[in-house]
Amino acid sequence: MGTLIDIGKLHLYYGAFHALKNVSMDIPEKAITAFIGPSGCGKSTLLRTLNRMNDMIPGTRIEGRIAVGGTDIYSKEVDVETLRKKVGMVFQQPNPFPKSIYDNVAYGPRLHGIRSKGQLDEIVETSLRSAVLWDEVKDHLKRSALSLSGGQQQRLCIARALAVNPDILLMDEATSALDPISTLKIEELAQELKDRYTIVMVTHNMHQAARVSNQTVFFLNGEVVEYSDTEKLFSNPRDQRTEDYISGRFG
Amino acid sequence: MLQTPPPSPVSNGVELGSSLKSSSGQAFDRKKRLSFYNRSFKVICIASAIFVCLILFTILFFMGRTGILTFDTVSPFTFFFSSEWAPENDQYGAFIFIFGTFALTFLTMLISVPLSVIIAVFLAEMTPTWLKTMLRPVMDLLVGIPSVVYGFLGMTILIPLLRDLTGTSMGDGLLAAAIVLTIMVLPTISRITDDAIVAVPKKYRDASYALGSTRFQTIVRVVLPAAKSGIMYAVILGMGRAIGETMAVVMVIGNTPQLADELFKPTSVLTSNIVMQISNVPFDSSWNYALYMMGFLLLIISLVMIVLVRLIQRKGVKS
Repeated sequence: MGTLIDIGKLHLYYGAFHALKNVSMDIPEKAITAFIGPSGCGKSTLLRTLNRMNDMIPGTRIEGRIAVGGTDIYSKEVDVETLRKKVGMVFQQPNPFPKSIYDNVAYGPRLHGIRSKGQLDEIVETSLRSAVLWDEVKDHLKRSALSLSGGQQQRLCIARALAVNPDILLMDEATSALDPISTLKIEELAQELKDRYTIVMVTHNMHQAARVSNQTVFFLNGEVVEYSDTEKLFSNPRDQRTEDYISGRFG
Repeated sequence: MLQTPPPSPVSNGVELGSSLKSSSGQAFDRKKRLSFYNRSFKVICIASAIFVCLILFTILFFMGRTGILTFDTVSPFTFFFSSEWAPENDQYGAFIFIFGTFALTFLTMLISVPLSVIIAVFLAEMTPTWLKTMLRPVMDLLVGIPSVVYGFLGMTILIPLLRDLTGTSMGDGLLAAAIVLTIMVLPTISRITDDAIVAVPKKYRDASYALGSTRFQTIVRVVLPAAKSGIMYAVILGMGRAIGETMAVVMVIGNTPQLADELFKPTSVLTSNIVMQISNVPFDSSWNYALYMMGFLLLIISLVMIVLVRLIQRKGVKS
């Protein structure tokens, strides 16, 4: 299991606010890494630096290094669009486009120049199968994506992200707007996907991190408090603050 | 209905008018007073609503009733499809004006819609905030400029310019009118489109950017389609304004009853023909009736527009 994402001495500022302080970590490939911590601890911010979605927030400043597969993604030569194609993202709120199910999944491939109907059909089917949604929607691909339930919409968003063939999938509290059954489905899906993709998820649900992830990172006030194998972090935390958090004493 | 209060020794059985006069608090009870105010307020509201509807139907009725008299002497087919407009010879074919109105509106929309959408995209997506706070009020002010001013500018600046540019001797005609109308409807269409674009939820843009699309791709493939119903609404509103506009058009279109088969040929549209001729027609003549019929036609066209706007709004709410 090699390292795919290498973060070194990363500082991030929103204007005067120091949101991430000296964050260093190696995220292994083809595994699930979970970021946990109380609200405002910087876990989502770090996630959004990995596909440079923070670029769009005015006043953001970054120091340090983030390399994906050995390439510094904040260097000037890096094309943000290509990076985002390689680093897919699923958001907290399911956000399918107000288009048909088919057009949602085909959106990414079309962006990147795939025009042939046969090829698109194939990508749509494989992506929907990977997101375990195919059987539910295969008969009405032309229907509006907004007619799906919240859990289905979120799986559609995962399929949409997979359709551009990324290496990494970022999940930003992807289940927090869903009911328990849909949440479980997404968790199972993540388990299946980790054989083929590197998954980094932010969750405010410690049990979810314990259930699905291989590594867990605990954040507090913009700092990494503890980073280790999930099992070890939850059963035998090194840091007192981690123990306080996972035993529910704060947060 | 409010329940009548239990009978009190004084107010029981007394007429409302006289009980109003009794000033002592005990004699006139509150419930009755309230029910009087509530009911009269309700009556006033309903009456006002009926009044407005009545005005609309009266206008429709009188325009229609007078207009329909045209068909005593002119067959509907001649009126709608003949291009012979010679009132002095009793020829009342309004095709030139009907065609002119539609051609002018079409041409105006052809120029103004793409321009407006580009302006709106620029305003909503690319302008820095300080420029936005300046541009938006300016565009809102442009909407309020009297149309005669636009017509005046068209006549004194645009037409000489067109003459110089194209070498035609006149310059009046469809193109001049369409350009003036474009300038008039541009602020309306672009501001409403701007609002529609701003209303597109951020989450759609996030999703699009996260899939690796550029800003241009996001605008064209996600934002504009999502703002579609708002843009349609803006276009129809602009169209309504273009169809009904009179003053600005009269001043640049040339006012000659000939078919507008060229961009620089002086012609006439429904509105401009009515306003040029209505003041010197005999009251009880087919000429007068024909002008009324043309007005009625405009009225119907704008009503259809309003219904369309309503339908689009309702659809927009649903999706």
